[in-house]
Amino acid sequence: MGLFDRFKTKKIEGVDDTMYLTLREERRITKENTKIIKEFERQKNRKHVTEAEYLTQMRDPSNVVEFDNLHTYFFTEVGTVKAVNGVSFDIPQGKIVGVVGESGCGKSVTSLSLMQLVQAPQGQIADGSIRYQAGNGKCYDITKMPKDQMLKIRGKEIAMIFQEPMTSLNPVFRIGEQMDEVVLLHVEGATAESAKARSIEMLNLVGIADEEKIYKNYPHELSGGMRQRVMIAMALACDPRLIIADEPTTALDVTIQAQILELLRNVKDKINGSIMLITHDLGVIAEMADNVVVMYAGRIIEQGTVHEIFKEPKHPYTIGLMKSKPGGKLKEDRLYSIKGQVPNPINMPDFCYFCNRCDHAMNICSKEYPNMVKFSPDHLTACHLYYGEGLQEQNQKRMQNNQSEGKE
Amino acid sequence: MWKYLLRRIALSLLILLGVSALIYLLVMLMPADYIDNQTSAALQNGSMTMEDVMRLKELYGLADKSFTGIAKSYIAWLKSTASGDLGFSFMYGRPVTDVLSDYIWISFIIAFLSYIFQIIIGIPMGVKAASNQYSGYDYTVSVFAMMGTALPSFFLSALLMNVFSIQLGIFPLQGLVTATRIFPSDAYIQVFLDKAWHLVLPITVLTTLNVGGTMKFTRTNMLEVLSSDYIRTARAKGLSEQVVTYKHAFRNTLIPLVTSLSGMLPGLFGGAMITETVFAIPGIGYMALRATRGGDIPFIMGYNMFLAILTVLGMLISDIMYMVVDPRVKLS
Ligand SMILES: Nc1ncnc2c1ncn2[C@@H]1O[C@H](COP(=O)(O)OP(=O)(O)OP(=O)(O)O)[C@@H](O)[C@H]1O
Ligand code: SF4
Ligand SMILES: [Mg+2]
Repeated sequence: MGLFDRFKTKKIEGVDDTMYLTLREERRITKENTKIIKEFERQKNRKHVTEAEYLTQMRDPSNVVEFDNLHTYFFTEVGTVKAVNGVSFDIPQGKIVGVVGESGCGKSVTSLSLMQLVQAPQGQIADGSIRYQAGNGKCYDITKMPKDQMLKIRGKEIAMIFQEPMTSLNPVFRIGEQMDEVVLLHVEGATAESAKARSIEMLNLVGIADEEKIYKNYPHELSGGMRQRVMIAMALACDPRLIIADEPTTALDVTIQAQILELLRNVKDKINGSIMLITHDLGVIAEMADNVVVMYAGRIIEQGTVHEIFKEPKHPYTIGLMKSKPGGKLKEDRLYSIKGQVPNPINMPDFCYFCNRCDHAMNICSKEYPNMVKFSPDHLTACHLYYGEGLQEQNQKRMQNNQSEGKE
Repeated sequence: MWKYLLRRIALSLLILLGVSALIYLLVMLMPADYIDNQTSAALQNGSMTMEDVMRLKELYGLADKSFTGIAKSYIAWLKSTASGDLGFSFMYGRPVTDVLSDYIWISFIIAFLSYIFQIIIGIPMGVKAASNQYSGYDYTVSVFAMMGTALPSFFLSALLMNVFSIQLGIFPLQGLVTATRIFPSDAYIQVFLDKAWHLVLPITVLTTLNVGGTMKFTRTNMLEVLSSDYIRTARAKGLSEQVVTYKHAFRNTLIPLVTSLSGMLPGLFGGAMITETVFAIPGIGYMALRATRGGDIPFIMGYNMFLAILTVLGMLISDIMYMVVDPRVKLS
C-alpha cells in the first residue's frame, strides 16, 4: 500500500521546498474542499437575506471602501491558496489609491473580492469584511451581500477596467450594443435612444472623435488603446463612485499609456469618484496615486501616502522595489531586481514571508509574523526592524558599527 | 470569398480523384468479386464451367486483375463518372444514381430527426452543465454522455430491440412497414404512423449515440467562453447570471457549434450503415453494406463518391457558416 502510494504523487514546487502529495492526501484535500465549498455556497445562495444582515457602519465616513482583515482563499486540489490573507486598507472619497506588488501577490483577487467576482466555487471570501459606502447613504458589507443586491452595485456604483483591452470586450457584439447594455440595465426609464445618446456622449468624453462610427464597430476593428478608451467609457456610463482599474495600461505601448492615465485622472475629477489603481509600475503610482498600498504574498507589508512611500520607504521589500524602478534613486545601468522568489502560496510560513529574500533578516524574523508599526497616521509597515527584539538587535548592530568606525 | 471557395473546390476535386483511385484499386483486389459470389454455387454443382465464369467476368469487366487492367477500367469509370453516369449496379440491376436517389431519403429522414433531437437535447444540457461546473448535474450528464458515446451501435440496437420489441412488445422489431398488415390505398395517415412507429427505435439509437458528443462539445466550448475576459467584463457590468450565460457566453459558443453542426448536414444523406442493417431498414447505408459484401463495384464506387462529395459540401457549408456567425472572420 505504502509503495503504491509513493508512485502516485503530485509534485508541488515551492521556492525552498518541494512538496509531494500522495494520492491519499489528494483525496483527503478534495473531500475537505468539497465540504468547505458547499458550506460557503450554501451561505451565498440563501434566499430572503434581510438588509439588516449586511448593513454596517463605516469606520470613517470620508471613505468609500474599507477593507478590513480580508481573507480570500482558493480551495484547489493541491491545497488552499491564501491569495489574500488579512488585508486592511481604505479608499478615501475622491482619492486614487495605488496597489503595487509583484505578480501573483493578490492585487487582482483583492479587487475582485470587492466586486464579488472571485472565481467561484473554488475561490471564496473566507473571513473579514469589505465595507462600502453606497450612493444611497447606506453602508453595506460586501462580503455578506446577497448576489442580487450586488448586481445593483456592479457596473453602476463600482465599475471595473481590466488589463487586457484586446480580450475584455465581447467579440460578437458591436461596441454600441455593449455600452448601451450598462445604461439600459442601471438607469431607470432608459430607452434605446437615451442609452445610445449616453453611450455616444461617453465615447466623446474619453476622447474618441468619430464616436458615431466607433459605436457601430466591432471590437476587433479597434486598436488596443481605442478599446481601453471604450472600456473606460463603459465604466463611466453610470457615474460610478469608484473605478477599479486593474493594470489598465500594462498591455499598451508607452505613448498610449500616458494618454490613458491622463484620461483616467481627468474623468475622476469629472465624476468626483475614487480610483483603485492596480499596477506593478511604480512610475504610474508616483504619477497618479494619492495613497499607496504595497502587497506581498497576499498581505499588505507597507502602506502610506505616495509621498511617504517614495521619500522614506520602510520595509526592505518596498526599498527593493524603489531600487528596481527604472530611473529610481539608485542610478545603476542594470535594473536592480530583488533576488529570490515569493514563497509557495499553499504552504505559507507563519513568520515574515519576505524572510528568504531579505538582506536584513534576523532571528526573530523566522519566528513570528511582524506586527504593523505606525510611523504616521497613514504610514504603516509590517517589519521586525522597527519594534521589539528586532529593533534592539538593529540598535546593537548599529552601535557595533559605530564603535568599529570609531576605532579606525 | 468566391476565390477562396473556388480554390477550396479545386482542392477537393483533387482529393476526390486520389480517393476514388484508391477505393477502385481496393475493391478490384477484393479476393472474391461479384461473379465469384454469384457463380460459386453453380460452379460447385456443375451447372456452370470455369469457362462460363470467365466469360461472365469478361462481360462485367472483372477479368483483367493486372495493374494495367485495373488502371484501364478505372479510367473508363472516371470518364463515364465525369459525364455524370455512375454506371449500372451489378446487384440491383439499375443505374447507380437511381438506386442512390431512391434510398437516400429514408436514411436522411432518420438521420435528420436524430440530428434535431441531438441538438435540442445536447446543447441545452451542455450549456447547463458548463454553467454549473462540478455540480451533481454536470457529473451525471457527463457520465451518461460518455456512456452513450462509448456504446457500440449494434449493441445498443440489440439491447433496445430485446427490451422494447421482444420483451415489452411496444415497438416493432425490424423493417419499415408491418408486413402482415394490408392498408387500403387511401390510408395515408395509417401508413405514415406505421412507418413512424418503426422509426422510433432506430432514431433513439442514433440520438443516444450522438447526443453525448454534442453535449460534450457544447460544454467544453461553453466552459472556455465562460472563463474568458469578456465574460468577466459582462459580470462586472452588473448583468445577471442568466444574461451572462445565455446572451454573452452562448452567443460565442454558437460560433463553433454552428460551424460544426452545419458541416454535418450533408452527411445526414450518407446513411447509418450498422443501425440500418440491424433494424433492416432499406436505407442507403443498408444498401451500401449489401453491395460491399457482394462486390458490386459500380455501386461501391458510386456510393463512396457520393459520401466524399457530401464531406466536401459539409466543409464548404461549415466555412460559409463560420463567416456568417463570427464577425471577425473574412475568408481569404
Ligand atoms: N482561479 C484561481 N484558482 C486558483 N488560484 C488562483 C486563482 N486566481 C488567482 N489565484 C491565485 O491567487 C494568487 C493571487 O493572484 P492575483 O491574480 O490576485 O495576482 P496579481 O497580484 O493580480 O498578479 P498580476 O500582477 O500577475 O495580475 C496567485 O498566487 C494565484 O495563483
Ligand atoms: S521582518 Fe525581517 S525578514 Fe521580514 S522584511 Fe523585516 S527585516 Fe526582513
Ligand atoms: Mg492581476
